[in-house]
Amino acid sequence: MSTLSVALTGNPNTGKSTIFNELTGIRQKIGNWPGVTVDKRMGYIKHDDRAISIVDLPGTYSVNARSPEEKIVIDYLLNEHPDIVVDVIDASNIERNLFLTLQLLEHHIPVLLDLNMIDEATKRGMKISSKKLSDLIGMPVVETIGRSAKSTKKLLSVFTSTVMANYKNSDLIESHIEAVAAVRAGEGKDDDKEEKVIALRYALIDKLISETVDTSNMASTSTTEKIDHFLANGFIALPILLLLLYAVFEVTFTWIGQPLADALDFIINTWFSGVVDDALTTLGVADWLHSLVVDGVIAGVGSVLTFVPLIFTLFFCLSVLDGTGYMARVAFVMDPIMRRAGLTGKGIMPLIMGFGCGVPAIMGARALDSEKDRMVSILVTPFLTCGAKLPVMALFAAVFFPDNASNVVFCMYIVGIVMAIIMAKVLNVTTFRDKQSTFLLELPPYRIPDIKTVLLETWDKGKGYLIKAGTIIFAMSVLIWFLSNYNFSGPTDEMTESFLAVLGAGVSHLFAWQGFASWQAGAAAITGVVAKEAVISTMGILYNVGDVADDTVDAANQMMTALGGSFTALSALAFMVFTQLYSPCVTALGTIKKETGKWKWMFFAFAYTCVVAWIVSLLVYQIGRLLGFN
Amino acid sequence: MAVVVGQNKMTLNHVRAGSSVKVEYLEASPLKERLMSMGVVSGTVIKVLSSAPLGDPMEINVRSYNLAMRRKDAEKIVVSLLPTA
Ligand SMILES: Nc1nc2c(ncn2[C@@H]2O[C@H](COP(=O)(O)OP(=O)(O)OP(=O)(O)O)[C@@H](O)[C@H]2O)c(=O)[nH]1
Ligand SMILES: [Mg+2]
Repeated sequence: MSTLSVALTGNPNTGKSTIFNELTGIRQKIGNWPGVTVDKRMGYIKHDDRAISIVDLPGTYSVNARSPEEKIVIDYLLNEHPDIVVDVIDASNIERNLFLTLQLLEHHIPVLLDLNMIDEATKRGMKISSKKLSDLIGMPVVETIGRSAKSTKKLLSVFTSTVMANYKNSDLIESHIEAVAAVRAGEGKDDDKEEKVIALRYALIDKLISETVDTSNMASTSTTEKIDHFLANGFIALPILLLLLYAVFEVTFTWIGQPLADALDFIINTWFSGVVDDALTTLGVADWLHSLVVDGVIAGVGSVLTFVPLIFTLFFCLSVLDGTGYMARVAFVMDPIMRRAGLTGKGIMPLIMGFGCGVPAIMGARALDSEKDRMVSILVTPFLTCGAKLPVMALFAAVFFPDNASNVVFCMYIVGIVMAIIMAKVLNVTTFRDKQSTFLLELPPYRIPDIKTVLLETWDKGKGYLIKAGTIIFAMSVLIWFLSNYNFSGPTDEMTESFLAVLGAGVSHLFAWQGFASWQAGAAAITGVVAKEAVISTMGILYNVGDVADDTVDAANQMMTALGGSFTALSALAFMVFTQLYSPCVTALGTIKKETGKWKWMFFAFAYTCVVAWIVSLLVYQIGRLLGFN
Repeated sequence: MAVVVGQNKMTLNHVRAGSSVKVEYLEASPLKERLMSMGVVSGTVIKVLSSAPLGDPMEINVRSYNLAMRRKDAEKIVVSLLPTA
């Protein structure tokens, strides 16, 4: 039998990806805000010996092909002719969801209606008669709870047993389609006609709802409204937002992440390094190999691995935040500020993704309404503190501001956000002089984050960081070790005569006025373009050498002392600011090229972020000096 | 700016938080079609909920979901006050 093709479509935030993930085992990003999925994704599965392909589509409110997502959806449905089109409906929000359903039926696309989130509808006191709804429109109707594996698995049997050809539009729907056709054929401007059609659809929806949904038990004020009264109301919402971000940060940094990181630091950089060191000495391996393993790989990869707990905690917090529905409120609360920068509050949602990693954040910008919003959002995303920059900030703050480490790192986050907003304004005025942005955003109900989703997502992203440490950072460490121990005449004992010293010294001239003109800092800045973590693995290698051999010394402390020798508190701060703002890593640069379609924007992103970073770090250093710091 | 459109009629941006209104009609605007697609059509009941810092944008409840929009866009929605229940 041929593969059964199934397409999941529906309004944004109705649980399509949740269902898709449950059915296929793939881990699409899930979040409680509209516009999480921005591209289609295929998955395959077997059920009762039947091969099934499932596609997860971006959510859309309608299919007029006005936005890229709407175009993806309607093109897919009309060109690929999936055997079953599932219209995933948020049952607690059925009225507006049926709008898309009617549009699909008007296109003569038969749909399997899936009343998802039926648990929430019930909780809110709505009673929906699926049977009646099915009779009224002529299409099959099922109910699911996306978060329950048991409930979604039942869908598979529905898929294999349902023959969509057996269903056809009811007379009610057919007469609606005729009415729509009559309006379209009539006199008048296209826009006016389209508005009449929309009114017709809602008239039919009102009729369908009155016959199938019993709302007599619905509470007049929902819990969400009550919460919003505090979190998204008036001026107080801004300090609350800042406080919540600070709390996330405090949990990551002070409570959980850093203490674990400190423990791990000892284990890897002192204990493990010492053990390996001794073992290699006992085995009597060649000096260069010994040095490569201990001073290169362990020092380089180890310094990055140390921060794994921090990264896991950060991803955990972000994922929890994602699941609550507060993200959409951040967009709401930030809109007044974003508007003054010529942007839309919605732009905040992909930016917050950027706290995890810039790559999905850059892609997530697709969910924005205008091309200008998308371009600006893509170009300012690199300023945010991604998961890979966090270790750099953490390390430097721990060394130079031991008493205020977490506050200093939090300030770096704020610097990133503020620069992103300022540059958005600048780009808006200089480059994208376009019409004003709009802001129309559904604020989803607050939900308790699904713990399974949160844990899986944390694990996946944390694993990504680990894999990166084992691949890119590993390779970089070997390379850095080589470049810092060799020059044209072969191995060198004096690192200052190595390839890397020459390279780094060349670049470091640029930072003469920033106070960190050492070749090590220059070298770290170069390697940081490949991956931000490489900044610390470079430092780890460059400042560790020679110390580890003496395993009575705490290698980590040694590195800190060495760092302390070449930076002052102020120049370290300038270096942190520079690292925070300068060039996106190569992966992010590649994504910028892909998403904007032009090399030009990629080079622009590289160049302008470097310039901004250079200027801001200069200001930090020089103003700091004027104020009497050093 | 015409605040009072007719007896008991006003534009949505002037409705106080907590009040419920019925949509009379929408004036032409770039968002008109999108608003209508999302269920803001004549006859729809809207409850005004809260507003962001500095009063803009505002949050409304429409057809059992919550929607945020800017006041500038709400100005294009003409509504009539419903008696408070
Ligand atoms: N209570 C409840 N929550 C659900 C159910 N299904 C999904 N959710 C939650 O709803 C939110 C949205 O889920 P997603 O799967 O990301 O929704 P989507 O339709 O893919 O959203 P977009 O990609 O933005 O279109 C998440 O927080 C889910 O945990 C359900 O049946 N009941
Ligand atoms: Mg999705």
